[in-house]
Amino acid sequence: MKREDLYPLLSIAIIIGLFPLLAGGQEYYLSLLVFVGINSLIAMGLSMLMGYAGQISLGHAAFFGIGAYSSGILTTKYSFQPPEAFFAGIFLSAIIAFLVGKPTLRLKGHYMAVATLGFGEILFIVFNELAPLTGGPSGLSGIPPLTIFGHPLEGAHYFYLVWGLVILLLLFSLNVINSRVGRALRAVHGSELAAGAMGVDASRFKVQVFVLSAIYASMAGSLYAHFITFISPSSFSLMFSILLLMMVVVGGAETIWGALLGATLLTLLPECLRGLEDFEVLAYGAILMVVLLFMPQGILEGMRKMLRKKG
Amino acid sequence: MSQKVLEVQRLQKFFGGLRAIDALDFTVAEGQIKSVIGPNGAGKTTLFNLITGIFPPTGGTVEFKGKMLNNLKPHDIARLGISRTFQTLELFGNMTVLENVMIARHSRTVAGIFRAGLRLPGVRREEREIKEKAFEELRFMGLENRAMMGATFLPLGEQKLLEIARALATEPQLLLLDEPASGLNIRETERLSETILRIRERGITVMVVEHDMAIVMEISDEVLVLNYGKKIAEGFPRDVQRNREVIAAYLGEELTDA
Repeated sequence: MKREDLYPLLSIAIIIGLFPLLAGGQEYYLSLLVFVGINSLIAMGLSMLMGYAGQISLGHAAFFGIGAYSSGILTTKYSFQPPEAFFAGIFLSAIIAFLVGKPTLRLKGHYMAVATLGFGEILFIVFNELAPLTGGPSGLSGIPPLTIFGHPLEGAHYFYLVWGLVILLLLFSLNVINSRVGRALRAVHGSELAAGAMGVDASRFKVQVFVLSAIYASMAGSLYAHFITFISPSSFSLMFSILLLMMVVVGGAETIWGALLGATLLTLLPECLRGLEDFEVLAYGAILMVVLLFMPQGILEGMRKMLRKKG
Repeated sequence: MSQKVLEVQRLQKFFGGLRAIDALDFTVAEGQIKSVIGPNGAGKTTLFNLITGIFPPTGGTVEFKGKMLNNLKPHDIARLGISRTFQTLELFGNMTVLENVMIARHSRTVAGIFRAGLRLPGVRREEREIKEKAFEELRFMGLENRAMMGATFLPLGEQKLLEIARALATEPQLLLLDEPASGLNIRETERLSETILRIRERGITVMVVEHDMAIVMEISDEVLVLNYGKKIAEGFPRDVQRNREVIAAYLGEELTDA
């Protein structure tokens, strides 16, 4: 973590701390922010993968799904405790990410995008067809709420859990970025030739970041499953993978803060546009297009530039 | 003669029909400054790329301190103790001067993604050591005042020195400099040859590809001359300078049997 990250981090912590009080008993706002938190988790991992390892994943909805289904299946059918299922999902996602990433990240170019696209589709089919376990297209219901030491977490407590995890992983990510590993990844971005000559094994770190981003997505999936207690394959489709990519791009892939901003905006935007009814999708698309036309490096970088011009 | 650091045997590199390096044999002794010269396209940079594992040889072997380098990746070779600069600058333009040199500590440090993310105590210490060592090399090259500048904002001469600082920070035993004097003015060139001699004083063996003959003659212990991928001469600078075949290669004269 650098000093310049301290103030944004503190302000987020304060907003999160006070939000449940400000929202009063309004469950709607709390749950909206829980979704923002869940999407932020995935977007942060994806932003490290895109902004630092220079790779695009079109399959992160699948890792999100692995987390969700691990939690869902293990707690409803095999009477695991939710925390056990949570870690089982992480473990499974990490192994799968390693197996997908290891061969594809050795190649230069966008093989990763293609491989993850295929992987995402395969998992989508598995979620649909493995009906005895997943409940098939009609979904899996009755997932118990998350319990910690036997205490179920609900309402504001769950909100704090999700955002506590967001902040912890944000810190973790910032540490990684400002370390030997983050430098190595930026070096690969700058000149892969020179990075190699300086002893950096590019593919090794790309795989590590990919696995890390899969772990973030899996955590988000578990939190999602326990939160809404019902999951079905449609939540883990290619469309969601693309939405996740959009969050990173709209916010700005250059920094991890961009992912947070993008996840927040794209999660809240449909809610704000709900009043437009039939025109919602149209407005949503138009806003995204305008943002990317005028701020191709994302909103965060775009705002920075505007501030610099004024100052 | 002291110990061999590098031994190249029957080395070949063909690009399709082009024989970039052809049946090349030579050795580099420890503590030597060995220059590689030859007309454009003679295969000098290809030779460096083969030694540092940028691409594999078509045939033959490269041994570094008795260890075969064939089929090793560039990052493995860097770890073993060979470092280099590039003819066309390959600085990390998205980083500061200091960070460029800090990268070079990569293979001498260990923090992985999870230890770095948790910022364990060992990681902090390592970061500090990385920074200290990087500053040390910047001071050695006289660039310490530039530490916080973006690397590509330096004047060309200093960018070349920065590449050397970066290469030195990997703690190499063998340093390959690819045309370090190109684009430098006379004063910078003088400073460069003095620097190369100081590098040798640190016990580092140096190979230099260079077109500036004044530098080559001044600093080299031995000179290797390539033409069309083949060795046409090797020896003390003065002897090479008088070699008929070398003169012919440079001046484009036909060799006549006489």
